[in-house]
Amino acid sequence: MTRMSPRSIGVGSRLALAIASLVAAAPAAAEQGVDQRINDAIRPVADAVSGFIFSSVSVSGVAVPFVLLWLLLAAILFTFYFKFINFRAFRHAFQLVRGDYSDPLAAGEVTHFQALSTALSGTVGLGNIAGVAVAVSLGGPGATFWMILAGLLGMSSKFVECTLGVKYRNEYTDGTVSGGPMYYLSKGLAERSERLRSLGRVLAAMFAVFCIGGSFGGGNMFQANQSFKQVVAVTGGDASWLADKGWLYGLVIAILVGLVIIGGIQGIARVTSKLVPFMAALYVGAGLIIIGMHLPDIPSAFGAIFSGAFTGEGIAGGTVGVLIQGFKRAAFSNEAGIGSAAIAHSAVRTNRPVTEGLVSLYEPFVDTVVICTVTALVIVVTGTWDPSVDPSQGVALTSSAFESTISWFPWVLTLAVVLFAFSTMISWSYYGLKAWTYLFGESMVTDAVYKLLFLFFVVVGSSMQLGSVIDFSDAMIFAMAFPNVLGIYFLLPVVRKELDEYWADYKAGRLRKFGKAARRA
Amino acid sequence: MSDVLLVGIDCSACSERALQYAAEWAESAKLQLIVAHVIQWSPFSFNTAKENEERHKRREAELDRAHGEIVDPVVSRLRERGIPARGAIRHGHPAETLCEVAEEFGATNIIVGKTGASKIRAQLFGSVAHALVQISKQPVTVVP
Repeated sequence: MTRMSPRSIGVGSRLALAIASLVAAAPAAAEQGVDQRINDAIRPVADAVSGFIFSSVSVSGVAVPFVLLWLLLAAILFTFYFKFINFRAFRHAFQLVRGDYSDPLAAGEVTHFQALSTALSGTVGLGNIAGVAVAVSLGGPGATFWMILAGLLGMSSKFVECTLGVKYRNEYTDGTVSGGPMYYLSKGLAERSERLRSLGRVLAAMFAVFCIGGSFGGGNMFQANQSFKQVVAVTGGDASWLADKGWLYGLVIAILVGLVIIGGIQGIARVTSKLVPFMAALYVGAGLIIIGMHLPDIPSAFGAIFSGAFTGEGIAGGTVGVLIQGFKRAAFSNEAGIGSAAIAHSAVRTNRPVTEGLVSLYEPFVDTVVICTVTALVIVVTGTWDPSVDPSQGVALTSSAFESTISWFPWVLTLAVVLFAFSTMISWSYYGLKAWTYLFGESMVTDAVYKLLFLFFVVVGSSMQLGSVIDFSDAMIFAMAFPNVLGIYFLLPVVRKELDEYWADYKAGRLRKFGKAARRA
Repeated sequence: MSDVLLVGIDCSACSERALQYAAEWAESAKLQLIVAHVIQWSPFSFNTAKENEERHKRREAELDRAHGEIVDPVVSRLRERGIPARGAIRHGHPAETLCEVAEEFGATNIIVGKTGASKIRAQLFGSVAHALVQISKQPVTVVP
């Protein structure tokens, strides 16, 4: 599949050298405060981009970012259009993940479980830890309520995009597959009608551009930035030797990521992909223990969550302000409607695209309804949330919430944070690369350019202040939702037809069960 | 009674004794012999996106290798000796999958070798022979 001429190798290696020397030059300028310089250079661009993407509309006097309404409206519409698929397919989706319907003759192929867990490792990241802390500090405990609701509705969005991702993926002659919004937007819309062909192409290209941006922002800089903050915090805060050496941390992470994505050392990625679920379980487990230890505070915590959700007392923007915080962090964390995870889900082996859509219902559920909620509850029951706290201290806030009950937990949390950040970066580098090759074609040179840019942004991200990083990350990731959701509206009847046929087969018992599930039935 | 034996092999060299034993048994009792090889795989492993993308291709390569280097040469050698032999290659948990293959072909006995792992290693990591003895519905012959 890769076309390569001797000339292109020359260009590639020259480019590699150029970027490598750029990165290597960074420490040389350290006396002037590299972090500050990088921050100053990137900030105006980041601010301009996020200002544009987050153009607001006024809802009862409160400025609401249009993109949030866009995502929320889509999630509600999909939920109704597919008759609450997020709830009614919950049990069946579990059977699919468990492998009840997996043909043993397909053993060795990518299973539903594997596609789901891979997508989840890209989704479960710092959004679950840092983002939620930001939501609860800015929006109060009530933000938790809206976050959970956004997670439940987001399941429907995820269902649609993952079904489409599998349906319109490309299967190459060598047996590899590529899927995602780029493909369903271009192929799907062209299939709907000839007049939509060019719209589909434009949307696909737009999506790819934003996805590349998102892979540098939320999938990279945000992760590098927040994990660095946590590492600094546990090693002594401002007094830490690392405090003003964001570039150094960035360089180390960039080298590790580079070993995986350029060096092809899949071993590192494989180890991470096995450690991340373990860390997630540990995180949730510790969270539940802390919640359990504050048993008497739970009723009042839930009281604060419910009353805060509807009164918005003391919160900028009142109820709408609380709602925005909850929805925003949920959307950023589970990426439903954003289209990213459809890329990862597309690798599953199935001849019924709907099955992967159903399985993907679990993604926002695990990410938001379970993991984000645990973070929020820990912050609320320990009483560590404080509206006056600096919202740029996302991870630090969660860390102190855990620390208030388990004093040594910040160390474990740091390990979790770094691992989550790392695995999210690996996943997003993959998403970004898919978008990149969709635009620029597949060759050694284009691959190398993307990967080096990606590594460069790791260093940039850990050097910047959180404010601009978080704005820019949000902006690029949310921007993906515009072309993605718009295209999906045209493709809804396709998904409906697939779902109706499949659901009829399921209800009539025409789907074959295998193995233990067949014996149980 | 059915007249099928199943022998599980890791690779043709390391399962030589089990294979010899099974061949002699099949030859003298005029039984059909299934030569089974399991490629270790779990539906619940955690993979990277890149691994998933290439999984199908890799699976084909694994099957080709298992056929060409492990099972097919053994089957043809057995057939030359006049033993009606067939190969079976599957992905999965070794012991569980051997049982499934046995059921599929109606085998009455499963013959496997053992790795010769130390007692401690077997305790810690388990062995295919050990697991097979526990879960198999057919008699299992473990060839030392």
